Amino acid sequence: MPTYVVRDTTVMLKRSLRHILRSPDTIVTTAVTPIAMLLLFVYVFGSAIDTGGGRYVDYLLPGILLITVASGIAYTAFRLFTDVSGGLFERFQSMPIARSAVLWGHVLTSVVANVISLVLVVLVAVAMGFRSGAGVLAWLAVAGILVLFTLALTWLAVIPGLTAKSADGVSGFSVPLIFLPFISSAFVPTGGMPGPVRWFAENQPVTPIVNTVRGLYAEQPVGNDGWIAVAWCPGLLLVAYALAMRTYRSKIA
Amino acid sequence: MTTTSAIEIAGLTKSYGDHSVLGGVDLTVPPGTVYALLGANGAGKTTLVRILATLLRADGGTAAVHGHDVAAEPARVRESSSLTGQFAAVDEILTGRENLVLIGELRHLEDAGGIADRLLARFDLTDAAGRRVATYSGGMRRRLDIAMSLIGDPPVLFLDEPTTGLDPQSRLEVWKTVQELAGQGTTVLLTTQYLEEAEHLAHRIAILHGGRIIAEGTLAELKRLLPPATVEYVEKQPTLEDIFLAVVGSDGSDQ
Repeated sequence: MPTYVVRDTTVMLKRSLRHILRSPDTIVTTAVTPIAMLLLFVYVFGSAIDTGGGRYVDYLLPGILLITVASGIAYTAFRLFTDVSGGLFERFQSMPIARSAVLWGHVLTSVVANVISLVLVVLVAVAMGFRSGAGVLAWLAVAGILVLFTLALTWLAVIPGLTAKSADGVSGFSVPLIFLPFISSAFVPTGGMPGPVRWFAENQPVTPIVNTVRGLYAEQPVGNDGWIAVAWCPGLLLVAYALAMRTYRSKIA
Repeated sequence: MTTTSAIEIAGLTKSYGDHSVLGGVDLTVPPGTVYALLGANGAGKTTLVRILATLLRADGGTAAVHGHDVAAEPARVRESSSLTGQFAAVDEILTGRENLVLIGELRHLEDAGGIADRLLARFDLTDAAGRRVATYSGGMRRRLDIAMSLIGDPPVLFLDEPTTGLDPQSRLEVWKTVQELAGQGTTVLLTTQYLEEAEHLAHRIAILHGGRIIAEGTLAELKRLLPPATVEYVEKQPTLEDIFLAVVGSDGSDQ
C-alpha cells in the first residue's frame, strides 16, 4: 500500500514525538555530555592547545556538534529496542500499514530530537563566546551536513535497535562513535599527531566534515574538504541504510 | 464468505536449522467459531500463530486466512486479521486512549477518536483513558491490548495465550470478552496451555503436540476418544480459585 506511506509515517512520527515531549530529559542528557566537553576543553585544556590563532571555542564547536549527534542516536536505538522487545513492533508489522513507516517514524524523530539538542549546544557555545559571521547560505549548508550526518548515524542505530538482546547492549554501540572525533581534527590540529594516528585522523570522515563546518562558520573557502565531506555524508547514509534494511528484512522474515 | 473457512492450513512445516517445530500441520477453522489450539510450551503454537499473522514465513505447505494466502497476499491477510501476542503490546508512554487512536489512525479509519471512546467504555477503561499505560495493572493492559486488536473489526482474531500471567479476575474478564466476540461472529483462534480455558471457551479444540495436530474436534468428540465415563462419587471441595473469588468478590475491579 504505497499510497499510505506518508500518512502512516506521519502517524508514527507523531507517536514518537509524543514520547520525546513526555521525556524531555532524553534531549537534555543528549546535550549534557557535549556541553561538558565544550566547557572542559575551552576553559581547562584549551589554553594549552595551539590551533594557529582564533578563539578555541570557534575551533572546537564543529566537532562537539558531531559528538552531540553521536550521543543522541543512542536514544533512537533505545526507543526502537523498546518497541521490539515489548511486542509493539510485531503488532505494527501484523497490521495493514506501510511497513517502512515503523522505521521512518523513529528515524525522523531522531532528526527532530537531534536538531533540538544541536540548537541547545550552539546556544551554550554562543554564551561562551562563539561567534560566526556566516551568512544564511553557510548556515543552511552546515544544517544540511549535520542532518545528513544524523540520518546516517540514525540508520546505523536502527541495527542494534532491531537486534539487541538487552537495553544495555543497545546503548553501548554509540560509545565508539562518540570517541571517533577525538582522533580527528575536532579537538587539535592533526599536524602534531604521530604518523599512523595522523593518517587515520586525516582519512576518517570526521576530519573533513569538521573542517568543512569550521570553514563555513569562519567564512573561509572549504576547498577539497568540502567535496570529501559531501561525499562522506551521503555515502555513509547509503551504507547505513542498506545495512539497516538488510537487518530489518531478516528480522521480519 | 460463509463458504470459505476462516483459517485453512495444509501441510504446514517450519524448522529452525535442523530443529523441526511444525511437522505438517493441517487445520480448518470454520468462520464464527472460537477455536482453541492446545499444547504444552514449545509445542509450536506461537510459531503457527506467527505464520498466520504474516510475521514468519513457513518452509512448506499453505495457510490461508479469510480466503487469502499468507505468503501470496500478506497485505490482505493483515487487513482481515488481528494479533494479540503473548505479552500486551501497548505503548507505555501514551495514554490508553492515545493507544487506541494510534491503531485507528494506522488502520485508516474515520473517527478514530469515537472508536477509541466506545472501546474504552466497552472494556471498562473510560476512567483510566487519560492515564499513561505505564500506570495500568496487568489486567487493564491486557484489556487495552485486546481492545486495540478489535479496531477495524477484523473478521479473524489471533489470541496467543491471552490469559497467561493474569490474575483470576482478569482472566474471567478476558473469557467474557472472547465469548462476546464469538457472539458477534468473529472467528477467534486462541492458543492456550490451560485445559480448562479451552474447555470453557472453545467450540472446537485442536491439540498440537510435537509439531502436529494429534487430535481435533468439539469437546464432546474429544471426550469420546476416551473410554466411556464411569460414575464416581467425589466430595466437591471448593477450589482455591473459588475461595479467592468469593473472598475478594468476583465483580471487584482491579483498578
